[in-house]
Amino acid sequence: MQDLLFLVPVLPLASALVLLLTAGRLSPFVVAILGVGSIGLAALLSLFIGLAFVASGEPVFHQVLFNWLPIANAPINAALQLDQLSLVMTGVITGVGWMIHWYAAAYMYDDKDIQRFFVYMNLFVFAMLILVLGDSLVLLYLGWEGVGLCSFLLIGFWQHDPNNVKAAKKAFIVTRVGDTAMMLGLLILFTEFGSLHIATILSSPVPVAQHTLWLACLLLVGGAVGKSAQLPLQTWLPDAMAGPPPVSALIHAATMVTAGVYLIARLHPLFLQVEGILTLVAWIGALTLVLAGIAALFQSDIKRVLAYSTMSQIGYMFLGLGALAFDSAIFHLMTHAFFKALLFLTAGSIIVKLHHQQNIYKMGGLFRSLPLTSTFLLIGLLALVAFPGTSGFFSKEAILAATWQAHTAGPVFWSLGVLGAFLTSLYSFRLLFIVCFGPASQHVEERDFSPASHFVLPLLPLFVLAVVGGFITLDFSRVFAQAAHPHVTLWIEWMPVAVSAFGFVVAWVLYFPRTTPRQVDGTMTRFCRDGLGFDWLYNRLFTQPLRLFARLNKSDVIDHFYRFVAWLNFRLNAVLVTSQNGKLRWYLYGTLAGCVLMLGGLIWWR
Amino acid sequence: MVALSWLIWLPLLCGALAWTVEKRFQGAGNWITLSGLIGMLLLVLYLGSLGESTLSWDWFARFNIHFALWFDGLALLMVVLTIGLAILALAVSWRDITLHQGFFHFNLMFSIAGIIGVFLAADLFLFFLFWEVMLLPMTALILIWGNENRRYAAIKFFIFTQASSLLMLVAIIALALEHQTQTGQLSFSLSALANLSLDSVLEWWLMLGFFIAFAVKLPMVPLHSWLPDAHTQAPTAGSVLLAGILLKTGAYGLIRIVLPLFPDASMQFAPIAVTLGVLSIIYGALMAYSQTDFKRLVAYSSISHMGFVLLALFSWREVAFQGAILTIVAHGISSAALFSMAGIIQHRIHSRELGDMGGMWANAPKMATVTLIFVMAGIGMPGLANFNGELLTLLGSYQTFPTHTIVAALGIIWSAVYGLHLFQRAFQGPMNTDISDLHGREVVYTSLLILALFYFGLQPHILLELSADTLNNLLEIAKEHRP
Repeated sequence: MQDLLFLVPVLPLASALVLLLTAGRLSPFVVAILGVGSIGLAALLSLFIGLAFVASGEPVFHQVLFNWLPIANAPINAALQLDQLSLVMTGVITGVGWMIHWYAAAYMYDDKDIQRFFVYMNLFVFAMLILVLGDSLVLLYLGWEGVGLCSFLLIGFWQHDPNNVKAAKKAFIVTRVGDTAMMLGLLILFTEFGSLHIATILSSPVPVAQHTLWLACLLLVGGAVGKSAQLPLQTWLPDAMAGPPPVSALIHAATMVTAGVYLIARLHPLFLQVEGILTLVAWIGALTLVLAGIAALFQSDIKRVLAYSTMSQIGYMFLGLGALAFDSAIFHLMTHAFFKALLFLTAGSIIVKLHHQQNIYKMGGLFRSLPLTSTFLLIGLLALVAFPGTSGFFSKEAILAATWQAHTAGPVFWSLGVLGAFLTSLYSFRLLFIVCFGPASQHVEERDFSPASHFVLPLLPLFVLAVVGGFITLDFSRVFAQAAHPHVTLWIEWMPVAVSAFGFVVAWVLYFPRTTPRQVDGTMTRFCRDGLGFDWLYNRLFTQPLRLFARLNKSDVIDHFYRFVAWLNFRLNAVLVTSQNGKLRWYLYGTLAGCVLMLGGLIWWR
Repeated sequence: MVALSWLIWLPLLCGALAWTVEKRFQGAGNWITLSGLIGMLLLVLYLGSLGESTLSWDWFARFNIHFALWFDGLALLMVVLTIGLAILALAVSWRDITLHQGFFHFNLMFSIAGIIGVFLAADLFLFFLFWEVMLLPMTALILIWGNENRRYAAIKFFIFTQASSLLMLVAIIALALEHQTQTGQLSFSLSALANLSLDSVLEWWLMLGFFIAFAVKLPMVPLHSWLPDAHTQAPTAGSVLLAGILLKTGAYGLIRIVLPLFPDASMQFAPIAVTLGVLSIIYGALMAYSQTDFKRLVAYSSISHMGFVLLALFSWREVAFQGAILTIVAHGISSAALFSMAGIIQHRIHSRELGDMGGMWANAPKMATVTLIFVMAGIGMPGLANFNGELLTLLGSYQTFPTHTIVAALGIIWSAVYGLHLFQRAFQGPMNTDISDLHGREVVYTSLLILALFYFGLQPHILLELSADTLNNLLEIAKEHRP
C-alpha cells in the first residue's frame, strides 16, 4: 500500500495536465469530476497509506522516484518521505483540499474559465504535497516555489481587473523575498553539511560554528515568514483576498500559508541547536498575532477580516514553535485548517447570496435570511475564539500553556498570546454581530442554500471537524522529542477563556447593532485598516526607489558612454571634413604648417 | 575524421544552394535549409555515437597553421544546441521573411557554419576565422531584415564585436610567437599552446585579451550595450540565434581557452571577473525591469543570466562548472523561446511595446500559457531547466565567493520582478488588443521547447555526462595551479 505513495501527488498532477491539455474543450461537469475526483482519490489513497504506515510501525517510509541532480557525494533525488509529520500534513492537504475543491466546483460552475481554475487548483495540491513529502530541501523548494506560482495565478484568476493582477504580483514578489532568504539558507547548509537531504542534515555529526548555524536558521525563518505572512513580510496576504473564496480557503488559510510552520517544524533539530533563534520565532509569532488581531478589528471586507485572522492564528503557530511545542503548533495548524476553511467557504456562500457584496456593513440580519449559512459562520467563529470544547480550544490552549513554561518563551509571550485571544474574540464577535444581527440587508436573495446543495455538503465535514477536531489525537512521538506535558496552574489554563468571554462582552457593547451600523472613518481607523503602515513604509523604502531608478535609467547610463564615443568620432569627422574644402591655398598652408611642426619637433628633441 | 568537417561544409553548401534555388523556385529555400539542418543533426548524432574524434589538415605550413577540429562531449552538446536552435530560428521565420528569402537562408546557414566552426576549432587561427565568419552574416541579418532602427544596431554590433576580437587577434599572435621563442616553432594549436609555461605578466595580458573578446560576446556589464539594440532590431530568427547560441560562444571560449590556457592568471583575475558577473546579474535584472519593449526586456534578462555563467566559471568549483553548463543550455533554450514569442506577437500586432499589449490571455490562452512557462523558466522556477543551472552555480560559487554569491542570489528577487512585469503587462489586465492564438506550426515548436525545458529541468544528467571530461580537465588544472 505504501508503495503507492507517489500516486498521492501524481494524481492531482495528472488531472492538472489533462485539464491543461484539453483546455476549453471539456464541459464544466467533466472538469469538476476530474478536478475534484483526483483530489478525492488522493485523499482516500493517503488515508489508506496512512493506516498502512501507522500499522507498519516504521518511523519513516522512503520512496525514491528518480535521480534529479547528480551532485557528487550528495545526489539530489526526487524522493518522497512519509513520517508522522508529513502524514498529518498530507491528510490536511488532501482531506480539507478535497472539501474545498468540491465547494469550488459549485462556486465556479458558471465561470467560463472553470477549467483553467481547476488546472491551477490541482497543480497547487501537487506542489503542496511535494513540499511536505519531499525528502530534500531542493524538492521542498520546488514545492515551495510551485505553490507560490499557483497562488500567484489564483489570486490573479480574474485577471481582467488590474487590482487583482497587482495583488497577485505583490504576493509573488513579497514571498520571493522570503524564498531568496531561504535559498541563501540552503547555500549555507550545503556548504556546511555537504548535502541538502533533510535527514542527512538533521542527523549530521559535523560540528558547525554557532553563528553560521544561527545565520542559516535566520534565513530559513526568513523564508518561513514570507510564505506564512508573518512580520515583516506579512503585507501580501490581505491583498491576496482578490482571488475567489475557495482559493483563500485552500491556499491562504488551510495549506500554503502554513508551509512556514511546517518548514520550521521539519527542521526543528537544527533550530534546537541554536541559542536564541526559537525565541526570535516566538517574538515573530507573538507580535504578528497581536498586530494582525488589531488590524482585523478595523476591516470592513469580510474576507480581509478572515485574512488578518489567519495571519494572527499562524502567529500562534509560530509562538508554539518558538515555545518548543512543535506538536501543538502542528495540531493548531490542523484545527485551524478545519475552521478557517469553513469560515472562508461560508464567507464565499454569503458573498454569492449577496451578489458579490463583501462589505460587512452592507450585510446584516443574516441570521434571519440565511440561517444555515449563519450557523456555519457561528461555529467557525466559536472554534476560532477557542470556545471550550471546540477544536480551536484544545490547540490554542496547548500552545499557550507551553508558552508559559518554555525557557525559550515565557510569561511575556504568554500575555501577548492572551491579549491576542482577547483581540480574536473581539474581532470575531464584531464580525458575527455586524453580519448576522441588526436590520436585514436588502440585497439578500430570499432563501438559504438547500442542505443538499453543493454549497453546503462539503461544509458539513469541515463543520463537524471544526467542532470535534480537537479530540483527534496526533502522534508525533517519532518526529518531535517528547515534550514534558505542561502542568500549569488552573488560572493560567482558564485565563484565555476568561479574556475571550470578556472580549465577547466588549464586542457586544461596542458592535452589537442597535441601529444600522455605520463605518467609522478616522485617521487611526484608516491606519489600522491599511495594515498598520507597513505597505506605506515598504512602498517608500523599496517600490518607489526601484521605480524611480527604472524610470531614470531606462536608456542605460552605461550606453551613454559608448554613444559619447560615437558622437566624438562624428564630431572629429566633421572637424576634419571642414579642412578638406578644395582651396589650394589652405592645403599649401596646411603642408607648410606640417613641415614647420615636424622640423620644429626634430630640432626641439635634439 | 573527415566527416567532422562536413558539419561545416554542409551548412555552407546548403546556404549557397538555398540562395540559388530560391531564385528559381519560390519557397524552396526553407525546405533546403531545413533538410540541411536535419542532415547535420543526424550527422552530429552519428559522430557523437562514435565518441571523441579529431581532424587535422595542413593549411599554411609556413606558419604551422592547421585546419584542425576536435569533437568531444562538450562540442557535441554545443553543436546539437546550435542545430536545434537553428531549426527553431528557421521555424519562426518560415513565413515572416518576405524580402530576399534566398539571401536570408544564405546568411543564416553561413552564421551557423561559423558558430559550429567556433565550437569545433582546435587551432586558434581557425578559431579566429570562424569567429569572424559568424559575425558578418549575423550583421547582415540585422542590417537587411531587422526592425526600424536596424542600421544603428547592426553597426553597433559589428563595431563592438570587431574591436574586441582585434584584442583577441593580438593575443593569438602573441601566444603563437611566444611558442616560437620557447620551442623554436610557431604554433596555433590549442593543445600545443596549453603546454606553454608563461611568464605571469604576459599570461595576465594575454588572458585579458581573450577575456575581453569573450566578455563582449557573453555579454558582461559594462561591455553589454550592443546587445539590447542588436536583439531588439534583429529579425526573430536573428534574436533566437543571438541569444540562444552566439552569446554561448563567449562562455565556450572561456571554458576552452581562457581557463585552461591561462589558469594562474584567471585565478588571479577571478575576484574581478566574479564581481563583474554579479554586477551583470543585478544590473541586467534592474535594467530588464526598466524596459517596456518586450525584446529589450528579454535582452537585458539575458545579460543577467549570463552573469551567472561568469560567476560559475571563475569560481573554479566542480558544482559551479556544472551549473555553468546547465545555465548555458537552459538559457539557450529559454531565451530563444522568449524571443520567438516576441516574434510571434510582433508579427500579429506589429508592436513590441508592452503598453500596446495587455489582457491578451483572453483571446490567446495558449500563447499566454506557453509564455508563462517560458517566463517561469527564465526566473528560475524549480522543475524547469534554468533552476538547475542557477542552483548549482550558487551552491558551487558560495564555497569560493560567499559574499558575491549572496548578492547574486538577490538576483532571484529581481528576476521575479521583471518576469512578472513582462508577463502581466502583456497577458493580464484589461484587454488592449485583439490577437489570434498560436496556430499549428507555432504550437509544435513551442511544445518542443517546453518539453526540452522540463526534460533538462528534471533530467540534466546527459548534459553533465557530456561535459564531464572537459570539466574534469579544468578541475585537474585547477588542482595543479591552486595557490
